[in-house]
Amino acid sequence: MKPILLETRGLCVNYGRVEAIHKVGIRIRQGEIVTVIGPNGAGKTTLLSALMGLLPARGEVSYQDQSVLGTLSVDALVAKGLVLVPEKRELFGSMSVADNLLLGAFARHRRGDRDHAKTLDEVYAIFPRLAERRKQEAGTLSGGERQMLAMGRALMAKPTLLMLDEPSLGLAPLIVKEILRIVVQLKGMGVSILLVEQNARAALQVADYAYVLENGSVAVENSARALLHDPRVIESYLGLGGSHSIAA
Amino acid sequence: MDSAVALLLAQDGFTNGAIYALLSLALVLVFAVTRVIFIPQGEYVAYGALTMAAVVTGQLPPTMWLVVTLGIAVAIVDGVVAVREGAKSRLPLIIVKNAVLPIAAMVVVRLLPLKELSYPLQVLVALAFVVPLGPQVYRLAFQPVAEASVLLLLIVSVAVHFMMVGMGLYFFGAEGARIPPFTEGGLTLGATFIQYQTIWIVGIAALLIAGLALFFEHSIYGKALRATAINRTGARLMGISADLAGKLCFTLAALVGAFSGILIAPITTVYYDTGFLIGLKGFVGAIIGGLVSYPLAAAGSILVGLLESYSSFYASAYKEVIVFTLIIPVLLYQSLTTKHVDDEDEH
Amino acid sequence: MAAYLTPNRALIGFVLALGLIPLLAGQFTVTIVNYIGLYALVALGLVLLTGIGGLTSFGQAAFVGLGAYATAYLTTRHGMSPWGTLIVGMAVTTAISLALGFITLRLSGHFLPLGTIAWGISLYFIFGNLQALGGHGGIDGIPSVDLFGLDLGNSRAFFYIIWATLLAAIVTTQNMLDSREGRAMRCLRAMTMTEAMGINTLRYRMVLFMIAAQFACVSGWLYAHLQRFVNPTPFSLGQGIEYLFMAVLGGAATVWGAVFGASAVSMLKEYLQDWLPKLLGATGNFENVVFGLLTIIVLHRARDGVWPILMRVFASTVAQRDAARSVEPALPLPKRDVPERGSDVLQVINVTKRFGGLVANNKMNLTVRAGEVMALIGPNGAGKSTLFNCISGVNPPTEGEIRFMGQRIEQLGSREIAKLGMSRSFQHVRLNQDMTVLENAAIGAHLRGRKNFVQSAWRLDREEERRLLWEAAHQLQRCGLGEHLFDTCGSLPLGKQRIVEIARALCSDPTLLLLDEPAAGLRHLEKKALADLLDKLRGEGMAILLVEHDMDFVMGLADRVLVMEFGEFLAEGLPREIQTNPKVLEAYLGGVDE
Repeated sequence: MKPILLETRGLCVNYGRVEAIHKVGIRIRQGEIVTVIGPNGAGKTTLLSALMGLLPARGEVSYQDQSVLGTLSVDALVAKGLVLVPEKRELFGSMSVADNLLLGAFARHRRGDRDHAKTLDEVYAIFPRLAERRKQEAGTLSGGERQMLAMGRALMAKPTLLMLDEPSLGLAPLIVKEILRIVVQLKGMGVSILLVEQNARAALQVADYAYVLENGSVAVENSARALLHDPRVIESYLGLGGSHSIAA
Repeated sequence: MDSAVALLLAQDGFTNGAIYALLSLALVLVFAVTRVIFIPQGEYVAYGALTMAAVVTGQLPPTMWLVVTLGIAVAIVDGVVAVREGAKSRLPLIIVKNAVLPIAAMVVVRLLPLKELSYPLQVLVALAFVVPLGPQVYRLAFQPVAEASVLLLLIVSVAVHFMMVGMGLYFFGAEGARIPPFTEGGLTLGATFIQYQTIWIVGIAALLIAGLALFFEHSIYGKALRATAINRTGARLMGISADLAGKLCFTLAALVGAFSGILIAPITTVYYDTGFLIGLKGFVGAIIGGLVSYPLAAAGSILVGLLESYSSFYASAYKEVIVFTLIIPVLLYQSLTTKHVDDEDEH
Repeated sequence: MAAYLTPNRALIGFVLALGLIPLLAGQFTVTIVNYIGLYALVALGLVLLTGIGGLTSFGQAAFVGLGAYATAYLTTRHGMSPWGTLIVGMAVTTAISLALGFITLRLSGHFLPLGTIAWGISLYFIFGNLQALGGHGGIDGIPSVDLFGLDLGNSRAFFYIIWATLLAAIVTTQNMLDSREGRAMRCLRAMTMTEAMGINTLRYRMVLFMIAAQFACVSGWLYAHLQRFVNPTPFSLGQGIEYLFMAVLGGAATVWGAVFGASAVSMLKEYLQDWLPKLLGATGNFENVVFGLLTIIVLHRARDGVWPILMRVFASTVAQRDAARSVEPALPLPKRDVPERGSDVLQVINVTKRFGGLVANNKMNLTVRAGEVMALIGPNGAGKSTLFNCISGVNPPTEGEIRFMGQRIEQLGSREIAKLGMSRSFQHVRLNQDMTVLENAAIGAHLRGRKNFVQSAWRLDREEERRLLWEAAHQLQRCGLGEHLFDTCGSLPLGKQRIVEIARALCSDPTLLLLDEPAAGLRHLEKKALADLLDKLRGEGMAILLVEHDMDFVMGLADRVLVMEFGEFLAEGLPREIQTNPKVLEAYLGGVDE
C-alpha cells in the first residue's frame, strides 16, 4: 500500500447553525486519483474549501503526516504543495495568460525556488493552447481554455496534491474528455489528485477510488471501478429509487 | 493676468499636481488591493517632512519611539497568533523582525552624527523612521478587520487619521518647519524663473511613477498586488496572502507619502496637520479616476494642482472650496453613467 | 425584584431624572447635559444612516453649521423670528441633502462619505471666509428663543427644549422604523432582494440621508440659540468625524446607542482634556488619540458598538417587552384577480443572455400556466439561475422576449415586475437576520400598503400596519411557521429561512411564484409540508416556476419539467418521461465512453 497523503476524520463544517458537512472521513494515498462525487448541494465544494483552510471546520485533517486543520493558513498549505483549482476558476481576468501562470509560482518564488521557467515549459507542453495564447488576457478565453489555465496555474505551484473542483463544469463533452485525459497524465507525472465532480461517470472512469457524498455525509465509498455500475449512484442523482418519494 | 504670471501659476500647479498624483496613485493602490480608503495618507506626508526637518537640524527622529512601540505591539500580536497556531518556531523571527530591528535602528541613529550626514543619507534616516509605520498600521488597525465592509474600513481609516494627527502634534509641536532645498537657486527660462526644487519635485515624482509602473508590470510582487486587486480569492489560492499584499501596499503608500513630504518641505512650510488637506487633494484626483484607474487618477491630480494654483490667484480665500467642489461634477458624471450598484449585498 | 424593571419603566425613570437636572444640578452639569443632547441628536441621524442604511457621512457638522448659521444670520441681520429661521434652515438642508444624495447615492456606498468630506470642508471654508457671515470671527447677538411668551434665554430653561426635541426625535424615529417603510429601510443593504419586493432603494437611501441632515440642522439651530453666538470652529470636518465616533462607539444600529455614545464621548473628552496632559506632561490632542484608539478597538471587538453589549448584560435584569408578542386580527388586504386556470401566465420566447463572450442562456423558450407547477432542472452551471434573473428583472436578457400576463417585461426592472404580480425567493437566502420572521415576511407586502414614513413616525399608519402584519402572520402560518413569528430570522435553521422567503413572496399576493431551490436544506417531513403547500397554491390557481435539485421533490410535485444543459434547452415533458430520457441521464451522469 502506498503511504497516505491526506486523511480526514470526523470533518464537520457549519454555515451558521446548519451543518453542511457531517463527519466526513476520506483518505488519499500518494499517486492516486480519488474522486468525490454526488449531486448538487451535497457539500463537495464545501469539503474542498475546508481542506484548503478557506472555511472554519471541526475534526481532524492530516496532510503529509501533519495535523493542519486550523493551524496552517492558505498560503502555508499552498507552500506545502496542497493546491486547489476552484469551481469558479478565479483567474486574474485582466492579466495575460503568461502572468496568470507566473503567479501560480508565487509561493515557490517566496521560498526562494526561482526555477519556474522550466515548470512553465512543462505546463505549455501539457496545454499547448495556453502557449498559443500566452499574451492574451485571461478574461477573453473560452470556457475550456479557462479551465486549462486554472489547472496550468495550479501546476506552476508544483503541487503534491492537486484538488480539482468540478473541472467539467459547463464544458462540452469533448473538452471534458480532454481535461480528464490530462488528469490521468498528471497522475502519471506523480501528482496525487482529489477530483470533485458532479459528472459521476466521467470521474469514475479516471479515478482509483471514490466517495459518494449525499447531504453532507459519505453515503457510499468503494473502488471507482466497482461504483461505476452501482445503481445507488444513479439513485442518489436522479431519484429513480422512488422508495422515499415526497409527494404523491 | 499676464503670461508671466500664468506661467508661474502653471509651474506651481504642476509642482503640487505632481505630488497629488503620487499620493493618488498610492490611494488607488491601497483601495484596489485592500478596499481601505486611506484617509491617513496625508499624515505620512507631514510625518516625512517633519521627521526630515528634525534630522537636518541634528535632532533624533521624533517618531522613533512610535516605530519601536508599534513594532513591539506587532511582535506581541503576531506572537500570540503564532503560539495559538502551534507554530512557536516562528517566534524568534517575529521578535527580531518587528521589535529588535527597530530598537537596533534607534540605537544606531543615536550614534550617527545626523547633522553632518550627506543629504541623501539624511533622507534615508527620515524614511527609515516613517515608512515602517505603514505596515505597522496595517497590521494593527486593518488586518484584524480585513474582511469587513468598505464602510467599516473607512471608519477605522478615519480613526487612524485622528490618532496620527493627535500624535503628530505631540511629536512635532504646533510649529511648522521647512527644510533646505535639494539644490539652491534656479534657472531663468524666458520670462519665468524656475526653482531647482521644482524641477526636482516634478522629476522625482515622474521617476517614482515610472518606478511604480515598472514594479507593477514586471516584478512578481507587483503582479501579485495587481492579482489581489483583480481577484482576491484567486490570489489567496496561489499563496498570495491578503496580509502580505496589505502590508506591501501600505509600505508603498507610506513610502510614497513620506517621500512626497520630503519633496515639498523645501517649498512650503509643513505643519503637523498639513498632510490632511494634501492627502485629500490626492483623493480628489483618485476619485476622478473612479478609485480604480491609475492614469486617470494621475491626470486628475495634475488638474487639481492647476485648478488650485489658478484659483489661489483669483479667489485665494475660496481655493479649497473650489478644489473640493471639483469632485461634484466628477461624481455627478460617474453617477449618471453608472448603471447599477449592487456591491453592498450582505453575505 | 428584577422583573419590575421593564423597558417602559426604565424610560420613565430616565425622563424623570433628566427633568430634575436643571432644578438640582450645578451649572457645569447642566451645560454638559445640554451638549450631550445636542450631540445625541446628530448622532441619532448617523444611527439611521450608518446602522440602518449602511451608509455614512462625515459632513454632519456642516449640516449643524447650516442650521446654526441660517438662524444666526437671519435673526441678527434680517430680524426674522427664530421659528421662521428654523423652517428656512430645514428647507435649505433638504435641498442640499437631496442634491448631495442625488449625486453620490447611485454610486457605491463609499462615495457618500467621500462626498460629505468635500462638502464638510467646503462649507467650513465658506463660513470662515464670507464676510456676511462674520468670517472667522462669527456672528454674535443671536436672540433667545421665545415659546408662547416664555423667554428661554437661560441654559436651564433651554435644557427642556433640547431634551424634549431629542426625545421626540427618538420616539418618532422608533415609530418610523417599526413600520412598512421602516422595514424597507432596515433591509436596504440587501439591495437585490429589496428591489425584487418592489421597493425603491435609492429613494429610501435619500430619505435616510435627508432625515440625518435634518436632525443635524435642528441641533445647529438649538446650538445657536443656546450659545447666542456662532463661529466656524464647531462645524469643522473634525467635529463631523467626532459625531461619527459617537454613533459608532455607542452602537450604530440602536437608537439609544446615539444617546449613550454622545454621553460617553462628551464626558470622556471632558476628563481626558484635563487629565491626559497632566499625566503625559505635554500638550497635544491626546483625547483625539484616545478616541481614535477606542473606535478602532470597538470596531475590532464589537462592531455593533457598546450599547448592545450593555443591553445584553442587563437583559437578565430587564423584563422583555411582551406587547409585540401577538398579532391583532385585521381586515384582509385586497387581492389581485386570479387568471383563468390553464391560461398562459409567463412566456419566455427565444431568450438569450450573454456575459461578454459567454453565452449563459441560448434561445430559451418556456411557458408557465396558471394553476401549474413547472420545474426547471439541469446540472450545475446549466444557466437556470441566469434565466431566473432574466425573468425577474434582476439581470435583463440580451435578446428575446418575455411576456408576463400578456405584457412585455424583458426591459423592466425587478421593481416594476414585482408590481405586476411576480414574486421570487433567492437561492442564497436574503433575509434580514436581525428582524423577526414576521417583519421579514411583511417586507413582501410592501406594495400593498400606502402610508409613508412621516405618517408612520406619528403613528397615523396603525390600521394599515395591522392589516399588513395580519397578512404576513397569515402567510407564515400557512407555511407552517406560525410558532416562529417573533423569532429573529437568524435564529432559524437555513431550511426554515428558505420557507420564510416563500412566505415573504406570498405576502405580495403574486400571480406567479418563482422559487430558487426551495427544498435545499429541508428535512424529509419539512419537504413534504412544502410540497403540500405548493400543491395547495397550485389548487388556488397560482402559477409556480421552480428550480430545484432534489429530484424526489421535483418529480413528485411538478406538472411539467424542463431540462437545461450548457444554457440550452435539452428536454421538456412529464416527470416520468424526463426520468427515463437517455439525454437527461447523460447530462447528469456524464457520457464519456469507456
